Amino acid sequence: MTKKRKLEVWTVVSLVLLAAFVFFLVYPMFGLLKESVISPEGEFTLEQFQKFFSKDYYTGTIVNSMKVTVTVTAVSLLLGIPIAYFYSFYKIKGAKLLFVLSILCSMSAPFIGAYSWIMLLGRSGAITVFLKDVFGITLGSIYGFKGILIVQSLKFFPLVFIYMNGAFKNIDNTLMEASANMGCTGVRRLFNIVLALSMPTILAAGLMVFMQAFADFGTPMLLGEGFQTFPVLIYNQYLGETGRDYNFAAALAVIAIFVTAVVFFFQKWATNRYKFSMNALHPVEKKECKGIGGILMHLYCYVLVAVAFMPQLYIIYLSFRNCSGAIFKPGFSLGNYEQAVKKLLARSIGNTALLGVIALAIIIVIAVLIAYLVVRRSSALNNAIDTISMLPYIMPGAVIGLALLMAFGKKPFALTGTLVIMVISFVIRRLPYTIRSATATLMQISLSIEEAAISLGASKLKTFMKITVPMMANGILSGAILSWVAIVTELSSSIILYNNKSITLTMSTYVAITRGNYGLAAAFATILTVVTTISLLAYLKISKSEDINL
Amino acid sequence: MSDNISIRHALKKYGDNVIIPDLNLEIKEGEFFTLLGPSGCGKTTLLRMIAGFNSIEGGDFYFNERRINDLDPAKRNIGMVFQNYAIFPHMTVRKNVEFGLKNKKMPADKVKEQADKFMALMHVDEYADRLPERLSGGQQQRVALARALCIEPDVLLFDEPLSNLDAKLRVEMRNVIKQIQHSVGITTVYVTHDQEEAMAVSDRIAVMSAGVIQHVGTPKNIYQRPANLFVSTFIGRSNVLNGKLEVIDGKTYVVAPGGYKAEMTNIQEQYKENQDVILSVRPEEFLLNPESHNEGILAKVDDCVFLGLMTHYFVHLETGEEVEIIQESSIDSIIEPGTMIKLTLNTDKVNVFTADGSDNIVTGVQNDCANA
Repeated sequence: MTKKRKLEVWTVVSLVLLAAFVFFLVYPMFGLLKESVISPEGEFTLEQFQKFFSKDYYTGTIVNSMKVTVTVTAVSLLLGIPIAYFYSFYKIKGAKLLFVLSILCSMSAPFIGAYSWIMLLGRSGAITVFLKDVFGITLGSIYGFKGILIVQSLKFFPLVFIYMNGAFKNIDNTLMEASANMGCTGVRRLFNIVLALSMPTILAAGLMVFMQAFADFGTPMLLGEGFQTFPVLIYNQYLGETGRDYNFAAALAVIAIFVTAVVFFFQKWATNRYKFSMNALHPVEKKECKGIGGILMHLYCYVLVAVAFMPQLYIIYLSFRNCSGAIFKPGFSLGNYEQAVKKLLARSIGNTALLGVIALAIIIVIAVLIAYLVVRRSSALNNAIDTISMLPYIMPGAVIGLALLMAFGKKPFALTGTLVIMVISFVIRRLPYTIRSATATLMQISLSIEEAAISLGASKLKTFMKITVPMMANGILSGAILSWVAIVTELSSSIILYNNKSITLTMSTYVAITRGNYGLAAAFATILTVVTTISLLAYLKISKSEDINL
Repeated sequence: MSDNISIRHALKKYGDNVIIPDLNLEIKEGEFFTLLGPSGCGKTTLLRMIAGFNSIEGGDFYFNERRINDLDPAKRNIGMVFQNYAIFPHMTVRKNVEFGLKNKKMPADKVKEQADKFMALMHVDEYADRLPERLSGGQQQRVALARALCIEPDVLLFDEPLSNLDAKLRVEMRNVIKQIQHSVGITTVYVTHDQEEAMAVSDRIAVMSAGVIQHVGTPKNIYQRPANLFVSTFIGRSNVLNGKLEVIDGKTYVVAPGGYKAEMTNIQEQYKENQDVILSVRPEEFLLNPESHNEGILAKVDDCVFLGLMTHYFVHLETGEEVEIIQESSIDSIIEPGTMIKLTLNTDKVNVFTADGSDNIVTGVQNDCANA
């Protein structure tokens, strides 16, 4: 009798979640699709797609995006895998610091890196001017393809580093010994055993980098100039100078989803060919690295991380420089910060905190519920919810922003410019990641622990609250902090959804950059970096491990 | 208080896949009862049906007179010990042990008293305030036992509780479990695939195969007079030989491969007729004789292994069958490989099955299994 009633409670939860997803995700996506094929006069037409494919100006952006994204993915893997390998298999001095700094790099908003590189290597950048004045050397332009490649690769290789570190840790030392025993060591072992075993992770990291790089809006916006990428095109079509074209922007969004979906399924297909799981009973012991090899390893790690971290430091430095408009002047002061206080600093911080906390709370509750439904009460309905909830994973932020704006921008749901629509977009964007980590955490919890609680007289609800949730807490909390950082630094959908009332720290930084208030931007960016750093340190403390599940 | 458990016509299936077709079982009050069988035989499935974690597709389960089929697992008052201990990792040992008591809404001072008592009984009281991750496997299983016992359950269930422990600890813990069970006298159902463990702890054992109970009896009876060929080969080692039963002048003989005849005085009346049979001979039930002996099965020693107390001989019969023989080691007489010997049977102990292996035709079989 009681059993039946409890079952119904979970069924109700499933239905409520499904309704929420239909309303906040499926409905906007459907609206987007509709907008792309129905003309303002209400007729079905493929005119928008014809328009896109008939002009090189438009199709060129897809080519540009693919070109730069594929290159960034490859370069990030090439940079990230060696540093992860050195870090996992050798005793690198100051390894911990390198790791933390790398994570910090990957967590900052990419456009801040772009902005900093402009300050360093741009037309009047510090390094450019220095080299020109002192040595008479002229560096090539960092605008366009090259600049995006540099900024994104340096931003995304730490993702590869983090992922690969997790994979290398799961390689059992006995596998390494067995390999050596059969005469396979050194570079051959690296390729035949270590990298082959890590193939699923390499593919996962590759996908992660691809998705993020493809969807990145801020970097190409600031650095692209003539080199226009797809997300920039979407934004320009929607809000840009050329006037608003809802239908064309919607068609572009549909194309963007198509591209990412193809890449996503290609990655799934490729991963399926490497289906094995590992869990190291005897983790690999780190070796001493001596001699010339050791020096080169250290050099590689330190130079890479230093270059990646330099923009962050330079921004902090700039934030204390005197500045008027776009021109930095000699001398130091807190002028930029004073200006920031006048320019909505309090509101930005308040909004960021409020949005982050609310979005995070919703994300955690939904993720825990979905994980429980999928892992413990698998059914067609619950699996459908799981699949729907993963949709945003392949949707670039700009697309989500656009879809939400179209769905809730007019009556009866006039939510544009409110904090509510920002919360919705943050929740939708981060949910897939948190659900993944919550599901993974729950899968590792043996069912018999819950059964033990029930056999000791605890009700199902009590078991869930007292046993299941606390055991998931660590995994969820550490995942949540990363979601928090992602929310705090989110740009690509907020830029479409924000207004002066719902402005966040990231948006304030971006607005300051685009308006040429470089000192102000540096001050905002520095505050953002401080928030990220504190969050990251909290994460490392709580999770008590170096494993990062993004 | 302790319950007897009656299971009548239990049916378990997943979709169309029947795991347990029709199972009947009576477990007596206060008894230590073991479900023993190879993996996949349905023993854990049956245990989880008793616990309430598996649905029951048909039949009736009773604790005393109370039908428990639809009773919530939380209300069955069961103490369960799991293979992987299932200790709550985020709670101290004390919190783990007190968990069930608090669910019973017991007053706080009583909770502490009861928890202290059982932690002391299981010798884990010194770890009371530690988190379980610092405990060894054996200590964790003691905590699990204390936690299961302290709610004073009507029934104790063990699901392969020792299989994650190392060999030495396994022996130690099974003695602990047996002692505790005898002192508290709670009806206990214990699942294992380890027959030595089952023999060591049980009052009675049910041997299961493919969802069907083959034999229910005391460890001694199951070993010495297995109900059928499956039980005889699953419990302990048995050499299985094809033979014949012959009745000559009112006397009954078994004929072994090669023609050796031995009189059997303990064949059940209804089976006394000429027929093909299967002989099941445990390694210690062969007697070794020199080749010059006037009767026996001619065999050649292939190898011998000296294990201290016992010596194992691996021999093959002149008809080709390979058999294993165990003899108590003696000072002088290890038989060298290559030696020809003659084997005779200890007819008091040997078991004889019908040609299909389904019935033991020797007297003395006690099978409490209701549907056998």
